[in-house]
Amino acid sequence: MALAKRIIPCLDCDKGRVVKGVKFEDIRDAGDPVEISRRYSEAGADEITFLDITASSEERETTVHTVEAIAGQVFIPLTVGGGIRTLSDIRTMLNAGADKVAINTAAVTNPEFVREAAERFGSQCIVVAVDAKKVSQPGEDNRWEIFTHGGRRPTGLDAIDWVRRMVDYGAGEILLTSMDRDGTKIGFDLELNKAVSEAVDVPVIASGGVGNLQHLADGVVKGGADAVLAASIFHFGEYSIPEAKQFMADQGIEMRLLASAE
Amino acid sequence: MLDMNNVAVIDYGMGNLHSVAKAVESLSADVRVSVTSDAEQILNADRIIFPGVGAIRDCMAEIRRLGVDEIVTKAVAEKRPVLAICVGMQALMERSEENGNVDCLNMLPGQVLRFGGGKALLDANGQRLKVPHMGWNQVTQTQPHPLWHKVEDNTRFYFVHSYYVQAGEPNQVAGTSEYGEVFTAALSQDSLFAVQFHPEKSQHAGLQLLDNFLHWDGTR
Repeated sequence: MALAKRIIPCLDCDKGRVVKGVKFEDIRDAGDPVEISRRYSEAGADEITFLDITASSEERETTVHTVEAIAGQVFIPLTVGGGIRTLSDIRTMLNAGADKVAINTAAVTNPEFVREAAERFGSQCIVVAVDAKKVSQPGEDNRWEIFTHGGRRPTGLDAIDWVRRMVDYGAGEILLTSMDRDGTKIGFDLELNKAVSEAVDVPVIASGGVGNLQHLADGVVKGGADAVLAASIFHFGEYSIPEAKQFMADQGIEMRLLASAE
Repeated sequence: MLDMNNVAVIDYGMGNLHSVAKAVESLSADVRVSVTSDAEQILNADRIIFPGVGAIRDCMAEIRRLGVDEIVTKAVAEKRPVLAICVGMQALMERSEENGNVDCLNMLPGQVLRFGGGKALLDANGQRLKVPHMGWNQVTQTQPHPLWHKVEDNTRFYFVHSYYVQAGEPNQVAGTSEYGEVFTAALSQDSLFAVQFHPEKSQHAGLQLLDNFLHWDGTR
């Protein structure tokens, strides 16, 4: 008997629509985040992460309505990230039904924001999302740096120091994305994952680079991740969530397996 | 309407009550959910949900300021079904170690303790466990109860907490879970049922438990 490792499908949304769409069989609207969330939940997803990439703040109103609609129909935990910059942004998302918010750029710009957020709303709902890139040269000890703006802007912050500091400030979970691996489908940066997981006491979600089910299992077994996040392998129907869970369970990983598909 | 099932979710300003209200509303067309801090409205409801998220000190301050302690005491005295969730459950105990020791409502005997007690928390294989305890863990039903109806023993529910209840009265423990140590996942006393996990976030099993609560008359 033990806590299960989690599988978290991630929906990237722009103006309330899932970007790139989702290829499920017989789905009515491949861009509707509410229907997609419901499908994933029924398939056994352990949580849903909703990443808002809407550029303009005026259109964020749409996101709030979408979060409300998901939370009204999907009864598993929901994390909302993207554009969370103020305590008022957090309150809005929690009131809309989000269970956690993911803070990324705003944490780098103003680290005290994370402390204030954790004090006000509790660590359990504050996820700090970090985008890390390897900066050490071959032959050197591994070193990763925090980047913002989709991996384009270096911050000079050492990734391990940074996650320790964020947890010290009250982050309840770390969403760790390897910018080297994101979109590559060659697997997580397991060394990065392991280093971060060993550096902090809070759960770490591995993200970036998943191309097959072995990558998910490796993230947990070799990377020390408490949860694995993936988008495209599920969205495009390459693998289903029950398949992924069974595959991981067969490798001895504790998983929440549903008695039936429904 | 006369045959409406009125559920009050106690609102003391601490976090996301939308989820639990929506989850209950999704179960039946005959249920009316009010999210409220109004004592009269709460005490007129057929059943009461006492939720809670966040840090215990802030929660307790608001609970006392709004007189939620008296409301819950009165509801239980009247044998009205009450479901306490997460920090709502912890608030019922004697005291919590969180925020440098906080006195709680002292309605049930027992303490609220930090996982690992300040030391590294290890599993049976000596692996380090992360805190908060976050995710889906199994709940062992330690006594039969109407709220476990159609919920299989050792079903997984969603937890997120760094402090856990150590019950003072073993007969009140309705369910346990294990994370480095065995802890109290559910408590039962008269018309009060308290859970550490979040039924409103525990998909089918959680909705079943909430549905059981909607049909519970508060007796065993």
